[in-house]
Amino acid sequence: MTEKLHEFVETLKSANPEWVGDVKDALGEVTVTVPREHIFAACEFLRDSLGFDMLADLCGGDRGPEEDPRFEVNYHLFSTTHHRRLRLKVLLSEDDPKVESVTPLWKTADWHERETYDLVGVVFENHPDLRRILLPSDFDGHALRKDYPLRGYEPYSMN
Amino acid sequence: MGLENKIFESLPDVLTVKLDAVVNWARKSSLWPATFGLACCAIEMMNTVSARNDLSRFGAETFRASPRQADVMIVSGRVSRKMAPVLRRIYDQMPEPKWVISMGACATSGGVFDNYAIVQGVDKVVPVDIYVPGCPPRPEMLVHAITMLQDKIMKESVKDRTDTIEAESRGSIVPGTLPVTEGTALEAETEVEVAQKNISRPYTIPSRHERRRSF
Repeated sequence: MTEKLHEFVETLKSANPEWVGDVKDALGEVTVTVPREHIFAACEFLRDSLGFDMLADLCGGDRGPEEDPRFEVNYHLFSTTHHRRLRLKVLLSEDDPKVESVTPLWKTADWHERETYDLVGVVFENHPDLRRILLPSDFDGHALRKDYPLRGYEPYSMN
Repeated sequence: MGLENKIFESLPDVLTVKLDAVVNWARKSSLWPATFGLACCAIEMMNTVSARNDLSRFGAETFRASPRQADVMIVSGRVSRKMAPVLRRIYDQMPEPKWVISMGACATSGGVFDNYAIVQGVDKVVPVDIYVPGCPPRPEMLVHAITMLQDKIMKESVKDRTDTIEAESRGSIVPGTLPVTEGTALEAETEVEVAQKNISRPYTIPSRHERRRSF
């Protein structure tokens, strides 16, 4: 079921072996862990050479303050020609949660990256307009981090 | 023995009554709510004005899309921190006299949403006249709230309603929801001082009408 996807991953690996880190095949989905300095180049190659022309979703995750690397950014790519989905994953440490923006490749990444920045606190470099999108602009902290208190910090906390 | 007897002798068709009673009667018989549905309570609010619970029996069925034509704001649903300044602005845009009904547990107290995103009670943003409990309240309860509000209106005086900066609006600012002001804490100033300075409401953009008035 995922042979075709593994072919894509092999093509990706042959283009530049450094792009592909860990490859995971679970539940009919293939996840490729990409080192963060290569994510833009890998995305560009997948888009231009392998037909993954659509960024279906981009989301961030917090594995918890005790984990290292703590943050992850997931890129859900979709190919309208091959009708296949591929997930790229970038792992980021807590001290330096920065990753290159893919907005130049897919316009839709603009708001997705803003949301990820807003809620998880991942900074996307070279993003055209990286500011909060869901929370109020004067919000303190990033609400979906595991160590964020439910009622928020002052002065948001009413209690 | 008073004036009304003299008038009655000369003008038997004239009925005298207190001005407050007439004005309040007119106000309560034609409440125009502003359309402000925020969550599932809004479904019940829509049901209140539809055929089964026909709110027009009590003269309050004319929902207005513009706050400038409304005098009751039914806050139906949870108010997020980001929505709070918008809600306050809509309230400020409503002309006096105006009343607020807080509909449902979320608008009244935050309900089950005791978190960073939801204002824990809309009375922190606007002054509330009637609280309606329930999750969501049935349409009958909203009808009851409207009739309670009408009773309340009948007890008011015309003098109570002036088109000035409301005193209560000073103390009802939600921290963190406002556009940044000069950096000075508003709470430190008394409302009198604020009124003396004649500054406009810092958390709303003054409308064209308000700018022209330039009090």
